[in-house]
Amino acid sequence: MKHLLGQIFRSGKFLFGFVIFMIIMLTVLIYPLLVEYPPLKTISRGTFLPPGIYVNVYDSMTFSESYTLILDNAATKRIASKLNAEDRQAMKEWLVIGAELPEDEIDVDDTAKLIDLWTTNFDPTVRLPGMTNADRNYYIRLTASLDGLLATEGATVAVANEDTGVLEEKYVIDQTTYVNVGEVPNVRVLPLGTDNFGRDVLTELIKAISVSLTIGFVAGTVATTIGLILGLVSGYIGGIVDDLIMFITNLFTVIPSIILLILISFSIGQEKRGAFTIAVVIGFTSWVWTARAVRAQVISLRNRDHVNLSKLSGHSIIHILAMDILPYIASYVVMALILQISSGILAEAGLSILGLGPRTTEVPTLGLMLNWALIYQAPLLGKWWAYFPVILIIALIAFSMNLMNTGLDQVFNPALRD
Amino acid sequence: MKAKGKEETAVGAEILSGKGLTRVFGFGPNKTVAVDHVDFSFKKGEIISIVGESGSGKTTLAKMLLGLLKPTEGEIYFAGELRDISSHKKKRQYWQNIQAIFQDPFSSYNIFRKIDAVLLDCIRMRGGRRLPYDQKRAMMEEACSFVNLKFDELTNKYPFELSGGQQQRLMIARIFLLKPKILLADEPTSMIDACSRATILDMLMNLRDEIGMTPIFITHDIGLAYYVSDTVYIMEHGVFVESGSADDVILNPQEPYTQRLLNDVPKLHEEWDLSTV
Repeated sequence: MKHLLGQIFRSGKFLFGFVIFMIIMLTVLIYPLLVEYPPLKTISRGTFLPPGIYVNVYDSMTFSESYTLILDNAATKRIASKLNAEDRQAMKEWLVIGAELPEDEIDVDDTAKLIDLWTTNFDPTVRLPGMTNADRNYYIRLTASLDGLLATEGATVAVANEDTGVLEEKYVIDQTTYVNVGEVPNVRVLPLGTDNFGRDVLTELIKAISVSLTIGFVAGTVATTIGLILGLVSGYIGGIVDDLIMFITNLFTVIPSIILLILISFSIGQEKRGAFTIAVVIGFTSWVWTARAVRAQVISLRNRDHVNLSKLSGHSIIHILAMDILPYIASYVVMALILQISSGILAEAGLSILGLGPRTTEVPTLGLMLNWALIYQAPLLGKWWAYFPVILIIALIAFSMNLMNTGLDQVFNPALRD
Repeated sequence: MKAKGKEETAVGAEILSGKGLTRVFGFGPNKTVAVDHVDFSFKKGEIISIVGESGSGKTTLAKMLLGLLKPTEGEIYFAGELRDISSHKKKRQYWQNIQAIFQDPFSSYNIFRKIDAVLLDCIRMRGGRRLPYDQKRAMMEEACSFVNLKFDELTNKYPFELSGGQQQRLMIARIFLLKPKILLADEPTSMIDACSRATILDMLMNLRDEIGMTPIFITHDIGLAYYVSDTVYIMEHGVFVESGSADDVILNPQEPYTQRLLNDVPKLHEEWDLSTV
């Protein structure tokens, strides 16, 4: 046993797959201990907030110590964030066509001069040939955002007097004022932003991985157990029992399992479709090839001398199956189990994308996250953080499990070794 | 070295016999008749050899006798009565009386079970499940010392850690514990080297004297058959072509097939006749 484990872990493929899988597993186990946000709590108003660090503005103005930093390119950066190269080019185009200024007189890099030209010449009522409404609105928005762009004085914070309603100046925030993010009481890091319901995608994703892995394990275990038992019994006993089991197995083989899966999930109904139910349903529809493979292996084993010797020692069928046949095919069964787990996760994802997965209110799964992202058009809107990490994780899980499987195959089947 | 029989090993009543025993594999154009309406009658205490070349149906016959394979046709009588192995319990009873040693010791053992488990199974088979461990251990030690093995060196080891000869001796220790009435030895020496061969045969003969069983050797080696047995059955294509006492059959063969088997035995001082092959 020790020797076997040693050999398994010397296989590069297995080790690589195992490490990827372990990283995913450990993340799933450790993350909830460190971050205790409920996974399905709506935290944002509005959908699809982009990934980033969210700092509370009110807190940074009033509750945090402010510092003055004299940084050279602060103003340039500030202007650039409002007025980028594309905007400058658009402004130049308008000025050339709309105000008929000579093209070589306009220098897009000289911000002060550009804005000066713009404020004197731009007229929102002028309609240029070929300009769409959207273009016109864009120019109007641009004009509004330029307001105060070159200002050097600070912003004044004023609070309304409770009695008179008159705004009273509290303090002025200079352009050189900074706060230390560490000192702001309310900072929320959203590494993957929020989804369509305004939920933290990362927390949701970690929970979804753990639920999906559980579904995979349950489905894989159910499928492998059924397949193993049917394969052992039909292979070992043979005769009419074998014919009967193979008949059922063939029935399941000719009907594609995804169709069975869709029909069963649909007939269960939205109310009763929990994650566990879906896992068991997946397990019940995917045992077929395990049963066939196990049966084939058992048939080649049942006439071996050691099985005959065990019979002669008076062992029962169950004892022979468990002690004389199962250990010989255990490596194969483990490999089948790994593949079943990974295909269980994929099946759940496929089912959930169609909207037939576990019901949506209690727990997220990888498939449900994809379903939500699709329904709210995240791919169309370019909100990659709502679906791409999910796809990546599904791919990584399937990849790592298949790698482990191939690695094991090479260990157990010496003919495949390099 | 034909053993002088003790009281209980004296040739006596019929212990195992078959009538019209047939086994067919496959059907239609692929039909193979492995054993074809074979009749025989084995007497208690005599040493029987069934000799034939590969594919003559010896092993199929042995498996039918052991109850590991169902005959297509025909009956087997054990101790004068029609053999009944319809239930697991009856099979167990039958197997208390008939045991086997297989050809290949390397594939005869379950590689996941230790030697202790193999021997304890035998004690359990004899109804010794509830014996205290000390007593079981004493029995296992006795059995091992009978075949010149030391139980202390074997305990907690796996069968595949032993040499082929040792494994086959362990198989005999198993028989020693089981004390069956009939032992089917299917080519017990063909996979081990010539030096161990004589030891194994010697031990089997000693065991026969010790527990008074009826050994049935299944072999392709007519020399071995002559060396050990009282009665020889020659098998060709699933049929017994010749049978009788070892001296009659081998010193005075009637069938050309027996003649051929005899010529195929390599001899030290004569040129080997390859013309019949």
